[in-house]
Amino acid sequence: MSTLSDEKPAIYRAGSRPGRRSPDLFQVLCWVASVATVATLAWMILQIGQQSWPAIKEFGLGFITGERWIPNRDQYGVLPFLLGTTISSLIALLFALPLGLSIAIFLSEDFLPLPIRQVVRFTVEMLAAIPSVVYGLWGIFVVIPLVQQWGKWLAKTFEDVPVLGVVFDGPARSNSMLTASIVLALMILPTITAISRNALVAVPATLREGSYALGATRWETIFGVLLPTAAPGIVAATILALGRAMGETMAVAMLIGNSDRLTWSLLKPAGTLASKLANEFGEASGIQVNALMYAALLLMGLTLTVNILGELVLRYTQRKTAGIR
Amino acid sequence: MPISMESELKSPAADPSTASPEPRPDFIQVKDFNFFYGRKQALFDITMDIPERQVTAFIGPSGCGKSTLLRNFNRMNDLIDGTHHTGDITINGRSIYDPKLEIIALRRSIGMVFQKSNPFPKSIYENIVYSLRIAGRRNRKFLDETVERSLRGAALWDEVKDRLNESALGLSGGQMQRLCIARAIANNPEVLLMDEPCSALDPIATAKVEELIHELKKDFTIVIVTHNMQQATRCSDRTAFFYLGRLIEFDTTEKIFSNPSQKQTEDYITGRFG
Ligand SMILES: Nc1ncnc2c1ncn2[C@@H]1O[C@H](COP(=O)(O)OP(=O)(O)OP(=O)(O)O)[C@@H](O)[C@H]1O
Ligand SMILES: [Mg+2]
Repeated sequence: MSTLSDEKPAIYRAGSRPGRRSPDLFQVLCWVASVATVATLAWMILQIGQQSWPAIKEFGLGFITGERWIPNRDQYGVLPFLLGTTISSLIALLFALPLGLSIAIFLSEDFLPLPIRQVVRFTVEMLAAIPSVVYGLWGIFVVIPLVQQWGKWLAKTFEDVPVLGVVFDGPARSNSMLTASIVLALMILPTITAISRNALVAVPATLREGSYALGATRWETIFGVLLPTAAPGIVAATILALGRAMGETMAVAMLIGNSDRLTWSLLKPAGTLASKLANEFGEASGIQVNALMYAALLLMGLTLTVNILGELVLRYTQRKTAGIR
Repeated sequence: MPISMESELKSPAADPSTASPEPRPDFIQVKDFNFFYGRKQALFDITMDIPERQVTAFIGPSGCGKSTLLRNFNRMNDLIDGTHHTGDITINGRSIYDPKLEIIALRRSIGMVFQKSNPFPKSIYENIVYSLRIAGRRNRKFLDETVERSLRGAALWDEVKDRLNESALGLSGGQMQRLCIARAIANNPEVLLMDEPCSALDPIATAKVEELIHELKKDFTIVIVTHNMQQATRCSDRTAFFYLGRLIEFDTTEKIFSNPSQKQTEDYITGRFG
């Protein structure tokens, strides 16, 4: 014992050393890291802004509203891709949000025995680890045949229905907005599930008990107390998922059909900003490069806006629920 | 009872027009009650009669089973896996373990206030009407009246009447606890269970809640768990002393605190506990 007490553990010695050298070093490191992050983002925006400047000067806002993208004629309009990005991610969210939220509820409640829940949770979270290109391949071999079958049926069934007739306008193609959206939905499912589940699990047990004690059933408790309390987390999950869907490139490029045409039909090929960039940048030259950079700037603006919007919603809902722990 | 509501627990023979007959001395009856968390027995052979429209205090050292017994009255322990019991508890003559009795109805007729106030992240108004909404009550006027009556009942109305639609989480700790009391009495329960309702409150807020308890016992049968001996003497009519899962002594509060018949009780209330 005496030999040990002479030698204080290393960590103790370091902590008790007079002066403040080590905290200072740590602070400097933190500063460098934060400044570097902000600087990198600023630099990226600057770079892309600079590169797109000629195109911005040349095409102005017409670039955003333009419906045609014809490099041979130096005609650049990005509206079809802007819509493609927005619509494909919103449709993906439409599929993934109810599904992901249901899974999150089932994982946070004790409907199923714990081992089964853990397997489900692990499986869903593993979906996030699958590389994008593998999703693309899976889409080609699994989703495309399905969409081929159902697409024809959808097109025929809704042919004469007002709005749906346009949304499911035929002839149905296999590489389409719908195909890409379905795969996107699967890709963002783990984000929605994991974050929503965490938010639900974090709801204080006292609130759950309070609800039961007032005579609420389990489902009344879930919808009346648990989901509203977890709402900020669920909103955050949705926003993150939307951001991810908007930026997703590889799988979308493999499945959406990469058309430059503006279409409102989910059954037809389309394109997104990201897929357009990936497809065309390799062999672009001249003003086309600047136009693509302009498109990249828009994509970045879009995702940034979504995230800022999400942050605002998050803050607002958090303020409403602040104070419970 | 202020406004009569359908209740599973009202005895079928009771005529609603004869408002508050003689209070039952055995409104809640606990008979040879044993309770187990898994294999661990938490309550041993509890037998006691809790009188109607009086305040009964549960006292005893930490871990002696006060909360466990309290939480059996509205079967909150059903939410915990692996619990079971022997013996019986009846409320107003009816067994709470009667398979024909709906747990939801039982909980609706028993309000519960927790140690830590637990307002829902909703407006003050929505907190109060929560139990009514899940009971399917829609009538706006009825809901408005209930909110006012409950908040007045919980001595909170004047403080919040202008901000009913603001979040309940903006209230002070003492206000939140009174809101939880208001929420618990909104559906006109017969029994009000309070598990250390003042332990997180300052003396002023505590005094308010105690005053409130005094008012509420005109309408409700109240059971309160407390670690505060003064509180028990101030606001209860009868006191039950528990020790290691057993009911050691149960008598009028006056008797328990002036002349207890058991040595253990005396040691506990005089602080000579060891
Ligand atoms: N959920 C549970 N699972 C297993 N044992 C429990 C559980 N809750 C309570 N117990 C045990 O039951 C016994 C009685 O606990 P209880 O919470 O009823 O005590 P209490 O008198 O309310 O104490 P306190 O004054 O600290 O609140 C304790 O030994 C406790 O460890
Ligand atoms: Mg307790």
